[in-house]
Amino acid sequence: MKKVMLGDEAVARGAYEYGVTFAAAYPGTPSTEILENIAQYKEIYSEWAPNEKVAVEAAIGASIAGARSLAAMKHVGLNVAADPLFTFAYTGVNGGCVIVTADDPGMHSSQNEQDNRYYAKFAKIPMLEPSDSQECKDFVGIALDISEKYDTPVLLRLTTRVAHGKGVVELGERKPVEMKPYKKDIPKYVMVPANAQKRHVVVEERLKVLEELTEKIEINRIEWGGRDIGIITSGISYLYVKEVFGDEVSVLKLGMTYPLPSKLIRKFAESVKKLYVVEELEPYIEEHVRALGIEVIGKELIPRIGELNPGIIRKAIKKEELPHVSVEVKVPGRPPMLCAGCPHRGVFYVLRKKRVPVLGDIGCYTLGAAPPLEAIDTCICMGASISGSHGFQKAIEHSGRKQKIFSVIGDSTFFHSGITGLIDIVYNKGNAVPIILDNRITAMTGHQHNPGTGKTLMGEDAPEIDIAKLSEAIGVKRVRVVNPFKLKEIEDAVDEAMNTDDTMVIIAKGPCALIPPKPQGECKIDQEKCKKCGMCLRIGCPAISKKDGIFSIDPDQCTGCTVCQQVCPFDAIECVSHRGEVK
Amino acid sequence: MAEVKSVLMVGVGGQGTILASNVLSEGLLKSGYDVKMSEVHGMSQRGGSVNTQIRFGEKVYSPVIEMGAADVIVAFEKMEAVRWLNYLKKGGTVIVNTVEIPPLSVLIGKEEYPKDLLEILKSNAHTIAVEADKIAEGLGNVRAQNIVLLGVLVKHLGLMNIDWEEVIRNNVPKKYIDLNIQAFRKGLELN
Ligand SMILES: Cc1ncc(C[n+]2csc(CCOP(=O)(O)OP(=O)(O)O)c2C)c(N)n1
Repeated sequence: MKKVMLGDEAVARGAYEYGVTFAAAYPGTPSTEILENIAQYKEIYSEWAPNEKVAVEAAIGASIAGARSLAAMKHVGLNVAADPLFTFAYTGVNGGCVIVTADDPGMHSSQNEQDNRYYAKFAKIPMLEPSDSQECKDFVGIALDISEKYDTPVLLRLTTRVAHGKGVVELGERKPVEMKPYKKDIPKYVMVPANAQKRHVVVEERLKVLEELTEKIEINRIEWGGRDIGIITSGISYLYVKEVFGDEVSVLKLGMTYPLPSKLIRKFAESVKKLYVVEELEPYIEEHVRALGIEVIGKELIPRIGELNPGIIRKAIKKEELPHVSVEVKVPGRPPMLCAGCPHRGVFYVLRKKRVPVLGDIGCYTLGAAPPLEAIDTCICMGASISGSHGFQKAIEHSGRKQKIFSVIGDSTFFHSGITGLIDIVYNKGNAVPIILDNRITAMTGHQHNPGTGKTLMGEDAPEIDIAKLSEAIGVKRVRVVNPFKLKEIEDAVDEAMNTDDTMVIIAKGPCALIPPKPQGECKIDQEKCKKCGMCLRIGCPAISKKDGIFSIDPDQCTGCTVCQQVCPFDAIECVSHRGEVK
Repeated sequence: MAEVKSVLMVGVGGQGTILASNVLSEGLLKSGYDVKMSEVHGMSQRGGSVNTQIRFGEKVYSPVIEMGAADVIVAFEKMEAVRWLNYLKKGGTVIVNTVEIPPLSVLIGKEEYPKDLLEILKSNAHTIAVEADKIAEGLGNVRAQNIVLLGVLVKHLGLMNIDWEEVIRNNVPKKYIDLNIQAFRKGLELN
């Protein structure tokens, strides 16, 4: 049977067909749908881990126990999981293990566009790069076989256009794979120096064998066409090259990109007049080709920044552009924004008013940096809000000044890597104030459950980890839970924080507006009372607009959260009903 | 069937471009085409500008449409049609939902929603303007606007030999099947 599948969905299908029984991930665009789809196969135990490091470590445990396992994450997630990965490369596996990294060239939904292919080289583990959905599925099977045969974890590297591209996939049956027996093996699995020193030798020897494999593996292949131009490429770039050139040129398509097949590359280079490497982001393949002493054209023509597309390659190599319509009208941008009824809005409004430094983090609430709220000062990586606010506060204090520093962090991000920052504050006697925006879900990536929501990925009930109690247990002196739809409550808590040196955490607890059922309610502007001061526009609510001098609220979008009513100085907004108390 | 066709669907997060493209691709696959698509999920879904790219034919390589390569742009919102217009092939068609969704900068009075967009579209490309939102609203739910537009697209591409109603049935929740089938039929009639 054939089906149109997302690359991510096809990876999940591969996990199913090739006998994976354990899968873990932390969500992150463009990798999230891998685990969401795996969860639909009851044959596989799957879970959301609190972060990528935990996901990879859990997959390592499952592999050592003898199961075929998989862990998935976005590119920056592999930074978090790099520690276990590098040593897992030494121990090797028992059951096959695939680590999926989904990179985001062009940064559609990311804070950087690092090229994770270097991780394979750095950690000395084999890497496969599928080009389309069919290969996503097939390569999971190949990766698991390589993993077991060569006793190594395997990196499967996707990019946004592969992970979120769709293509036709031929479905197969699940091949039942027996759990391997577990045997205690201290020299292999206990990486104390004496053992690790020996395992490093094993790693280097394994690489030599993998270098032979990569020369002959069928996913590294030459597609002969015209010999004037030869192009070495992999992943999505392969499809763009075929789109632009068809059979005009010869193509060395690399499905296995670590280790790279030096002999095959040499043979290919010798058979064509002019050699190019077409790859997104860094000159990863190009550097290897140059190191072989082969003349090649790459990044001098193909951009290193952003994603490629057929048009860019056409222009770079063929010096051609497709004719297209062009109009001289400037249309306003349309960046994403906080939804109507979003519980983050009120907190940002209050923080903005207080004009305090607010170290930000990653989630929907990063949108609080956009006008008109412009309430956060930084966004670096997940978790960096609380820890960053601590460093900020200490640096200010050490210079002899005194200032209250705040941070904002979502519930999922708090569990991911905010807790350790909070421990830092308590342990090192800081007083920066974390505000945990507990909207009861991992919203940004499309509503995944997390340790605070009371449900697992597989749909079972789970204990809800209580952030307030956790903070108290860590030793935070003042823990205030506020209703984020009540500005006064937020402001009182912020004022309290401004006036104490005690450690303090504020938890703004109120559900994301997109959690069903849709909140019912409506706010209306009384045109008689409205003085057109524009205060209501300062909360950046997409339901409120000003057109031809008249302010109004779109009833289809309004959820009745009442934040606009609370900021109106003239009592001109009436709310028919509003979201119930959330405590 | 040899020639590859490219359809670019553009709109605003939450308008249902992904469902429309899923129905389209499933129908195309059933009738034997090779299909590739590209979507962008994540951040842009919060009311941002979104696009889905669909390519079909005997053998499709790239899931991504380059500038000047779209045979049809289906714009779920007027301003988005103009934003993406340079992706249209010379001689291509724009199917545009006449609805206006102001971005935040316009809502808060910082920028103006551009005027005369429909005229701009019409003077640059073959344009089919559809009041898909009103039609869907008339059927009882504005959310079916995506399927109205799909109907217009299918008719325009001449893909009438596919059992679209069956595909719609497979892709929407039970209680919305009738609504969507009616929306699809309305779309077909419009062209
Ligand atoms: C290391 C890492 N993993 C994953 C992501 C992707 N990501 C960005 S925001 C986010 C979730 C945010 O959820 P939460 O903190 O609950 O905030 P919300 O979006 O609900 O406001 C995730 C998973 C990332 N940017 N970095």
